[in-house]
Amino acid sequence: MNFRSKALKFCNIAGLPVLEPFVRLAAGEDPKEQMAGIAKFLLLPIFTVCIFIGLWSMAARTVVTGSAQLPGPKATFDAGVELFQMHFAQKEADLAMRQKKLGSAIQAMAKARVLEQAATNASGNKKTELLVTAMAYKQEAVRAANFVPSSAPTFVDQIITSLKTVFFGFAIATLIAVPLGVLCGMSPWFNAALTPFIQVFKPVSPLAWLPLAGLIIIWAYTGSDPATNWFEKAFLISAVTVSLCSLWPTLVNTTLGVASVDKDYMNVAKVLKLSWSQQLFKIILPASLPLMFAGLRISLGVGWMVLIAADMLAQNPGLGKFVWDEFQNGSSQTFARIAFSVIIIGLIGLLLDRIMICLRNLVSFGNPSPAG
Amino acid sequence: MNAIISPTTTMSRTDAEARVIHTESSAPKPMMTLRNVSKGYGSGATRNEVLKGINMNLRDGEFLAVVGFSGSGKTTLTQLLAGLIRPDSGEITMNEEVVTGPSPDRGLVFQNYSLLPWLTVRGNIALSVDRVFRHWSRAQRHEHVDKFIEMVGLTHAVHRRPHELSGGMRQRVSLARTLAMKPKVLLLDEPLSALDALTRSVMQDEILKIWEEERQTCLMITNDVDEAILVADRIVPLNPGPSANLGPAFTVELDRPRNKTELNHNERFKQLRNAVTNYLVAVRQKSRRDEAAQSTQVRIDRPNISPKDLSLSGRTQL
Repeated sequence: MNFRSKALKFCNIAGLPVLEPFVRLAAGEDPKEQMAGIAKFLLLPIFTVCIFIGLWSMAARTVVTGSAQLPGPKATFDAGVELFQMHFAQKEADLAMRQKKLGSAIQAMAKARVLEQAATNASGNKKTELLVTAMAYKQEAVRAANFVPSSAPTFVDQIITSLKTVFFGFAIATLIAVPLGVLCGMSPWFNAALTPFIQVFKPVSPLAWLPLAGLIIIWAYTGSDPATNWFEKAFLISAVTVSLCSLWPTLVNTTLGVASVDKDYMNVAKVLKLSWSQQLFKIILPASLPLMFAGLRISLGVGWMVLIAADMLAQNPGLGKFVWDEFQNGSSQTFARIAFSVIIIGLIGLLLDRIMICLRNLVSFGNPSPAG
Repeated sequence: MNAIISPTTTMSRTDAEARVIHTESSAPKPMMTLRNVSKGYGSGATRNEVLKGINMNLRDGEFLAVVGFSGSGKTTLTQLLAGLIRPDSGEITMNEEVVTGPSPDRGLVFQNYSLLPWLTVRGNIALSVDRVFRHWSRAQRHEHVDKFIEMVGLTHAVHRRPHELSGGMRQRVSLARTLAMKPKVLLLDEPLSALDALTRSVMQDEILKIWEEERQTCLMITNDVDEAILVADRIVPLNPGPSANLGPAFTVELDRPRNKTELNHNERFKQLRNAVTNYLVAVRQKSRRDEAAQSTQVRIDRPNISPKDLSLSGRTQL
């Protein structure tokens, strides 16, 4: 296979039709024809984004209350730059702090060595005294070496925490929804038994789940030592809320995928007399992967949306809490920062969606879905 | 007209070439036997009898073609033979044993290939080989798969997936997958009906060539009379449904190996083709007439009118 068809296949599977005209141009295809593609996938979106920014700045000049103003594109961008600068400054300060602490740890260790050396030559009370002092220095050194800067999480830290939470919640949801969906798809009876729950719980908002999830987590954590817990309570509450909301699309789609496996594939399995597990792993699961991944894609999207609300309410560190805290502290930067986080939340959502489309296309042979 | 044209009457002149042989006694031992098999779907008022009272012998080593119009229950018949569905009454036996379910002994080639899209050509064939010959060594199975990929001429496409193959190539993979199981009986369910005419003709030769090498007991369902005559030893017409049953068999006494171009000028071939086609058309007309007679709908008399010439050339005269 040559470069051109490989690159085109990549564009198709990765869900990046933007790149297709450029690949074709590079391969020496008719530039006129490709300009249409470039205009459609690149120039037109750029044009509409420009119009949006124009409208936005006009709105920013109009929407002004006594105390605040809708942040314009410039203010939002500046706030974003500032947030990232703050992040890097903070990290640098933390690093300097750690290095300083490490230096003092080495010094303390050296002092302890010297004292110990002296203790071997001394005797009696003097020796004990020296050893005790050496021990104190050593402890200090360990404390300094294990120092963790206790600075407030920066914007980037919040993004990372949010991503961790959403992936953890999404993983729980997948681990529950896929096996249940396979069972539902294989057995109409099992499906009928679960249908009432699916139908009733599917439309429930995350805000309604949250207090219940919180109650269960708090119950599970009563009496346990906070130091030995794997996860923070707030993290778990957020993650569980995300799972409860993102469970359903995967469950429903997996059920559909498994139930609608081509009858001919099942006939192949029957003629070969495949065992139950062989049927499941060699025929049913591969055949239902495309629909399953379509469900996972929706699930991840829902999860990311729900997470922001859950973070706000559960006070779990993350983008939701960042937005909420900014809103509460009410500085002059508040609204610009919130606007910037809105854009970042959207971009991350877009990225997650692209990843899921790509995975879906990788498992649906000869039938990649357009990147909608 | 209540008497349909029976093959014996139409064939009277060509009796020596093609005879009705369902009464023949010197036939070799049957491999598969269908005794009074019926199958229908639904129940009560909506019950629809697809096949009724099917009696058939599939002899060891013969190539039998079942020819019928679409909708006459051809696919139901193959599914019954493969054991994918059970008959409502009657019994199907293979080597004196009643067929109770599908088995690799009866290899089925599906009409729409039903290749698994996530497996490569090799993967699709290996799936059945690994299952049927699981006691073999890995190297043995690999070699076996290679042999059959080569047999259908797809060595260059081993690593392609079905969506990267043409229709003809897909059917070759499907054929190789089934042949590689070394089934005792090969069941072909309209294997070529989804292909274009040119590919179809190539694939007919291919199937014929493979069959001549292997001399495997084979049953092919088709709607193409020419195709049936080209490949088969015997042709059994399937009368149109509902409640379809089999018509009398025609023996194809043409020398092998057969060549399509030569056959087109062969008198025996032409006569046999006419006989089978006439029989099929006649049964269908009878079945339609029966249906019309049974239907309780009010008959609508059509007005006796015919179109008038409105072409421009006629008008210029005015």
